[in-house]
Formats: sequence, structure tokens, C-alpha cells
Amino acid sequence: MTGTNDYVLLRVENLVKHFPITKGIFIQKQIGAVHAVDGVSFNILRGETLGLVGESGCGKSTTGRAILQLHKPTSGHVFFEGEDLVTMRAESLRRMRRKMQMIFQDPYASLNPRMTVGEIIGEPLVIHNLAPKKEAEERVQQLLRLVGLNPSYSNRYPHEFSGGQRQRIGVARALALQPSLIICDEPISALDVSVQAQVVNLLEDLQHQFNLTYLFIAHDLSMVRHISTRVAVMYLGVIGELAAREELYTNPLHPYTQALLSAVPIPDPVAEEVRQRIILQGDVPSPVNPPSGCRFRTRCPLAAKICAEVKPEFREVSPGHFVACHMV
Amino acid sequence: MADILNVQGLETVFRTREGTVHAVNGVSYHLKEGETLGIVGESGCGKSVTVMSMLRLIPSPPGQVVAGTAHYLGKDLLKMTDEEIRQVRGAQISMIFQDPMTSFNPVLTIGRQVSEPLEAHMGMTHTQSYDRVAEMLQMVGIPRAKERLNDYPHQFSGGMRQRVMIAMALTCNPQVLIADEPTTALDVTIQAQIVELVKRLRDELGMAIIWITHDLGIIAGLADRVAVMYAGYIIEEASVKELYSNPCHPYTLGLLGSLPRMDEQERRRLISIEGMPPVLFEKPTSCPFAPRCKYRVDRCLQENPPLQQVGPDHWVACWEDVKTGGPRQ
Repeated sequence: MTGTNDYVLLRVENLVKHFPITKGIFIQKQIGAVHAVDGVSFNILRGETLGLVGESGCGKSTTGRAILQLHKPTSGHVFFEGEDLVTMRAESLRRMRRKMQMIFQDPYASLNPRMTVGEIIGEPLVIHNLAPKKEAEERVQQLLRLVGLNPSYSNRYPHEFSGGQRQRIGVARALALQPSLIICDEPISALDVSVQAQVVNLLEDLQHQFNLTYLFIAHDLSMVRHISTRVAVMYLGVIGELAAREELYTNPLHPYTQALLSAVPIPDPVAEEVRQRIILQGDVPSPVNPPSGCRFRTRCPLAAKICAEVKPEFREVSPGHFVACHMV
Repeated sequence: MADILNVQGLETVFRTREGTVHAVNGVSYHLKEGETLGIVGESGCGKSVTVMSMLRLIPSPPGQVVAGTAHYLGKDLLKMTDEEIRQVRGAQISMIFQDPMTSFNPVLTIGRQVSEPLEAHMGMTHTQSYDRVAEMLQMVGIPRAKERLNDYPHQFSGGMRQRVMIAMALTCNPQVLIADEPTTALDVTIQAQIVELVKRLRDELGMAIIWITHDLGIIAGLADRVAVMYAGYIIEEASVKELYSNPCHPYTLGLLGSLPRMDEQERRRLISIEGMPPVLFEKPTSCPFAPRCKYRVDRCLQENPPLQQVGPDHWVACWEDVKTGGPRQ
């Protein structure tokens, strides 16, 4: 990204989201908290795609939702075009939401089965009072064409479509308000391999056409490498490493990133034969009671005494390459 | 080496309210001793139904195996009596299922469930079988195995549960292990653990494996031979190196092209296969992939191509030669 394009659209500062665990039926007492997101900071520049990867339960989806204030953050700030969404009043937030949209993981669950495709895609226009009925209908047809669906489908219901087509409907709905930021929460993981490529190509085309900015949340590291400009790796509620795509994939510094990359299979038997895998021991610890110091130390092959005592600082080790590890 | 399994012309249909669905349409494959065969395909292509039919695990009705043979060590599994096949299933051919969350009985302890095949097939007593189970759990890498025998499935994580499932499948030293998408529900680092474990056990115990998956990545590092399925047919079969270096069916080519690779130098546009897989209410008379195929010619719409040998260890069902762009010789 160069020139006038190069400014920060979204700045996330020390974002924290804890979900309370309560006990009791009438008198609810908080007995603990799930530390889903625990101090996450990053920027997204206009027009870029930031990939957010991590294994299930690491807090990547919660981060996406907390940015849009779908989960109210426990603490921290989210600056969108310089304004803090966390402290914003409901009415102004609603107006801001026009510029930020989301594409959800499960195309079977995220479309209302009782609404026609036209109503689904047109609903944002109605809610924000942006277009009279006639105009809205035209806009829907336009959007359907844009995502590669036949405009005559607008009177059909979601169940009449395949998974890939439904995801296209989700994309059209997200585009209806001409947003600048789209948060894609695992948009392809529910789809078949041959259909995944269709949706990814569509997202890339739309990005070029409308200068969209994406936060692309996924667990598929090969796909994230394909689509992202920069990539952040999450583990148990914190970001362990963040760097430009090529830098992260060719020169991973955090031991977790290294293990994660080495675990991804390559569809080539010759390359697979010579690969060295780093096999991590054990499972991801519970986010209810995360390890002290470095979150990754319980599975880390390099763990030392300091890792249990001091939380590693998320620091810039070379221009644009951030890592949180004592051993780097 | 000798064939341990030989399946010929297997056909399975499901009779539903909307009509008869042809799920498997004449599939033939064989498995040698100690060999690993990968079956690859997208959801609904019939890869699971193929092996379930062979083991007679298809619920009937609505399912029915309508044709074919499946010889295991010379005996046809499809013609065995219920008692005979029960002796084979779980003892000589055993299976790992996709979802480690739902494949266990939640109200029975792990020890009870894993020991069941031992008591059923080997006639072991409770004490004997529990000792053996503790040994097996240790072998698949479960810490403090003995203490965990009385735990329930929900007390194990997904990766651990899949290990327990593998232990359960291996208790009777099977000749053939069928793994139906065993890592699809797991995270990549856990998936790597499970794949390493299966490879180690395969080398130690010398069993043959059929590994069903939609992930061409996993199969590359695991299988000796790969069969690609589409719409109930095997459309390409080859040794693993041959398939990845010289894919001959347009569908295989498309699948490989639609995957971004971690070690790729150039950023390229992904090859997408337009359209989606068909649901077969009629047995196709033309090539089932033709509507989505870039190389389609008139013949593809008239005749369904049979599997033809194109190399020493390579079979393809396609009229066209994707390399030259002309008809296959």
C-alpha cells in the first residue's frame, strides 16, 4: 500500500474481552471469567487485508466482534477513522456501523430462512433509511449481479441455494451500505475446497473494485497467506506475532508461529518428504485460567524460567515485525 | 504383496422421498498389506459411503448396496452372515470416525468403551482387558493412562478423544484401519500430532490404512496411493507422487489449483471450479463432471468415460488429454 492510501483506518488498543462465569440462579455471583481476548493491539491500514489466524478458542472471532461492538469490550479502545467506538453513544455508533460490516462463518445460520434474498440484502438499506423501496430493489439487483448471482433470484429463499451461493448472498448484504471495512469471520471454512476458491476470488475482486479493507479471520494458514497483506497470529487471547505476509511466512520468530506453520500440510508429496515438523505437545490450556507470564510457555519447546514470571512485551524487532517472546 | 482387500463394482443407492440417490456408482479399488490408500473428494462425493458399504454399516432402509463384491482375504464381506461380519468388524477391520465429540457414548467411561472390542472379540475378562486398554492408551500418548480409564468422554479434549478413538480401533490388532476424516474437526497443531501418531503406529504394527479426507494436503505426506472421487465414481487413481506431479483429470487439476500453497513463491489467482457437485437422482449417462469442466467436448455429454490406464500406476476416467487438449489415445 502506498501514497494517499497509506493511513490507518482502524486502530485497536489493548482490547480486552472477558466473559463472566456466574454461579447461582437468583443471586448470580461471578466466580471467574473466560479471558477470551486479553490485551490485543493492532492497526489496519486503508485498503489492506489483515489476516488474523489462530486455533479454535484463541479469541480471534471475539476480537472481530468486539471491534464492531457486537460484544461490548471489557476495556480498551477501538478507533475507527479516528473515533473511539467503545465510548461512542448508541445513535452515533449506529451511524458508524454503516461503514463496518461483517461476513459470518456459517452461511446456513446467518441468513434468515423466512426472508427472501432480496429482503435480506435490502434490509440494511431499509434500516439506515437510505433508499426508497423502488431504488432499494434496483440496488439489490445490482448487488446480486456484483457477487455473481442471477438478479432474478431476489424472490427466492436461502434454502434454495448451495453453501457457496449463500456465502455470496452474505457478501452482497455486507456490501449493501458501501462500507470501508469488512470483517470476514472464517468466511470460507464451511465450504468445499473447489467452492472456497470461488469465494476468495470474489472477495479479492471486490476489494480491488471498491478499495475495501478486510480483517480476514481464519484458521487456514495457506488461505490467509494467499489473501493477506499482513498477518497476526493469536494464541489464547493475545497476539504472539504480527508482520507483513512474506516476512511472517519466511521468517517466523515466535515459536508458536513456527510450530503452526510447520504443521500445515503442503499438497506435494515431494515437499512433504523433506519437511521437518515441529510437533507441539499437549493441548491449548483453558482460557478460564490462562498460564502466568507467557501464554504459550506450557507447550513451548524453548520455555525458560522467565517465561512463567514475566509477560513478554509485544515489541517491534524489525520494521513492521512485532513479536511477544522473551527468547527472540 | 498380496491384496488384503479387493472391492469390485460397488454400487450403493439411497431411496429417499425425492427419489433414488445414486451415491456410489461402481467403485473398484484394492488395498495391499501395509499400504496406505487415500480416498479424496468433496462432501457428498460418496467417499464415506464407499467404505461404509463395504463394512455393511449403511442403514437400510434407506440405503442399499445394489451391486459389487468386497473381498477381504478371499471372502466376500457383502455375502457374509451377520455373525461372520461381526467377527471382522472391529477386530480385523476397524474404523475411526470424523467427529471425536459425538462418536463416543457420553454415559460410559472411556475404559468401558475401549475395552468393549476386547471383551467381544478376544473373550478377555474385565481385568485383562482393562490392563490392555491402559497399555493402548499409553501407546497413543495419553498421560496417566491408568488413572484416566474411569473418566468420561467429556473430560477429554478433542485431540485426546481422537487418540482414544485410535486406541479403541487398534485394541484387537486389526489388519486394516479405516480413518474417515479423523482430523477434520481438529486444529492444525493437533492434526499434526494425530497424523504423526498414525504414521508411527502404522510402521510399528504394519497395518494397512484407508484414509478418507477432503484435504489434499494431508494425503500428500501420508498415503502411498490416492483415489480421487467425484459423484460416486473414482475418476483418477495413481501413486501419490504421480498424482501430484502429473494430475490428468480436469477435476483433480482444479482441486490442486484451488489450494493456495504455503511454499508458493508467486501470488496467483486461485483456479476455481465453477458450479457445484451434482446430486445424482439418475445414474449419469454422460461424464458427471462435464457441466463444470473446462475441457468438455461433445463426447463428454454422450458417454461416461471409464477408468483407463495412462501410466504404469495411473488410471483416469476422462475422454480428453488435458496435456495436449485433444482426445486421449
